[in-house]
Amino acid sequence: MNVYWTRNWEKIVGFAFFLPSLIAIIIFVYGFIGWSGLVSVSNWKRGAEPDYTISGFDSYARLFGIGEKYAAGIDAKRFKTGMRNVVGFTILFIVSCIVIGFTLAAILDRHVIGEGFFRSVFLFPMAISFIVTGLTWRWLFTPGDSNIGSTGINLLLQNFGLSFFNPNWSTDMVYSIPADSGLGQLLINIGLGWFASPTFGLSLGVITLTIAAAWQLSGYTMALYLAGMRGIPEDLREAARVDGANEWQIYRHIIIPLLKPITLSVIIILAHLSLKIYDLVVAMGGEGQGFVKDMPALNMWDTTFASARFAQGAAISMVLLILISLLIIPYLISSLRQEEER
Amino acid sequence: MSTPPIATKPRFRFRWTRALIYAVLILFSVFYVVPVYMILITSFKQYTDINLYRMWEFPTFLNLGDCTNPFFFCFDSFYEAWYGGPSMIIGFKDAFWNSVRMTIPATIISTILGSLNGYILSKWKFKYADLIFPFVLFGMFIPYQSVLIPLTITLRKLTIWTGIGFYGDIWGLILVHTIYSIPIAGLIFRNYYATIPGEILEAARIDGGNIFSIYRYVMLPLSLPAFVVVLIWQFTNIWNDFIFAVTIVQNENQPMTVALNNVAGSYSVQWNVQMAAAFLSALPTLLVYIILGRYFLRGLLAGSLKG
Repeated sequence: MNVYWTRNWEKIVGFAFFLPSLIAIIIFVYGFIGWSGLVSVSNWKRGAEPDYTISGFDSYARLFGIGEKYAAGIDAKRFKTGMRNVVGFTILFIVSCIVIGFTLAAILDRHVIGEGFFRSVFLFPMAISFIVTGLTWRWLFTPGDSNIGSTGINLLLQNFGLSFFNPNWSTDMVYSIPADSGLGQLLINIGLGWFASPTFGLSLGVITLTIAAAWQLSGYTMALYLAGMRGIPEDLREAARVDGANEWQIYRHIIIPLLKPITLSVIIILAHLSLKIYDLVVAMGGEGQGFVKDMPALNMWDTTFASARFAQGAAISMVLLILISLLIIPYLISSLRQEEER
Repeated sequence: MSTPPIATKPRFRFRWTRALIYAVLILFSVFYVVPVYMILITSFKQYTDINLYRMWEFPTFLNLGDCTNPFFFCFDSFYEAWYGGPSMIIGFKDAFWNSVRMTIPATIISTILGSLNGYILSKWKFKYADLIFPFVLFGMFIPYQSVLIPLTITLRKLTIWTGIGFYGDIWGLILVHTIYSIPIAGLIFRNYYATIPGEILEAARIDGGNIFSIYRYVMLPLSLPAFVVVLIWQFTNIWNDFIFAVTIVQNENQPMTVALNNVAGSYSVQWNVQMAAAFLSALPTLLVYIILGRYFLRGLLAGSLKG
């Protein structure tokens, strides 16, 4: 709260300065979201001319494959594959960023020589656009073929004597639990056969996206953790050491619990970035054959601006927004509460 | 920081963990540097020189054969990217200027606006200010896909009404970047101003200061670090933006990210030109990072932690 007294005219002037920004946010965020929502239930099926006649949830039925007419449709197939990819990507990306970021932060926190240099090297990808990152990794993942042999990463692996690991990165390969394996049979028998199908798989394309995205953002994760670790007083570790704790126990019982708020921030930031990932996929060659690398954000852009199917595109964007809101709104509410307590 | 006198660990084991630590650090450094190495070596190769077996090898040095722009290495791909080649809408010279004339105004306007909003939201809290702020903050998390359709319609209309290139030119991008960075710029300044103690303002108040003079003579001189942080953050994000640019500006006014993506689409085999273009596109933000790295890091931390 204000500790000094305010005059009335100043309150009004203050609010007047903030008002244009507030109005801009109300229109460009909330108004436009409402407008998109309207488009998603409208009759604006095709073409550039808007048609706002309400026609119901047809676009959503098409996406989720509800009803006989849409169950086997291409829209449902692409959306389902995209959702599988974005969930797999999000999990894989967050886990790898946290593991790499935490490890590097823990190491740099140990007073290594050249700390500043290493920190700069780990962090510089943050300054580069996803387009540059994606393009470069696409070139690195050029798989080569039987005529020209291995190229890119595969050539490097071959030169290091790892030629047995030679995946064709651009195929529509999807890793999943095989239905005829023991685990697959077990899952089918207990009614979870879905988990043993490609519906629950992880495509090779998603793995390449994860590597590129982790390259860009693991250094950022490291910076957040390092800042957190620097805030933990050395006395605390010292006291634990006196009590006979080893380094592993110190991390397990002191550092990691104390860094929980940072882990939460990292998860929220990375998850909202990965759920709406678009640029990186475009730069790495788009959805790929059989939609192996497709993401909802890319699907929305293609459907709307390449195919001019506005109602359908708006429906995808609404699903995406709801998905991200489920993550962000609780976070905003909790940080609001924390602020009030202070 | 004192070590126990007796229970020192055996020396060789200590060295082993240190060696392991440096091994991990160097291994990860290689992982981070490999794409940059690839960009550089590929862009200094001639198209005829790009042999996929040798894509990891260093480009030809000095003995350049039929290279038109030699200077120790062959600069042909940079020339082609910069001045534009066949099937490029514009060369990167023009794309670079488009990016500049979009990024500079948008960065400056959004930073000033962020400073004013941060000042009001931290020191002149009106009723419900703390309740409204999360609603503003939500704007920085939304997937921009959910506003793109109304945005293109509105910008097209604005272009027709005003005759200013909001759609198909960078004016629309300046507007869009300014508006959608209200949350983040406001947040960073608000958090920064919150650390300035109220006593300073109270003292200024007793000396007869009002809302304007306190900002001008007390807050502004104190907020240079926050300005640097927000300017860098905004510059990097606006320069690197793709989704707004690709939706709003596809013609000869396109900024560098869009131009780069178009080159990738049309030149799928000319990797040397693509990599040279990628290098040119990344250079401005990389320079900012190298020169002002300390502030860049602070921006990252400020832009991520709420409250």
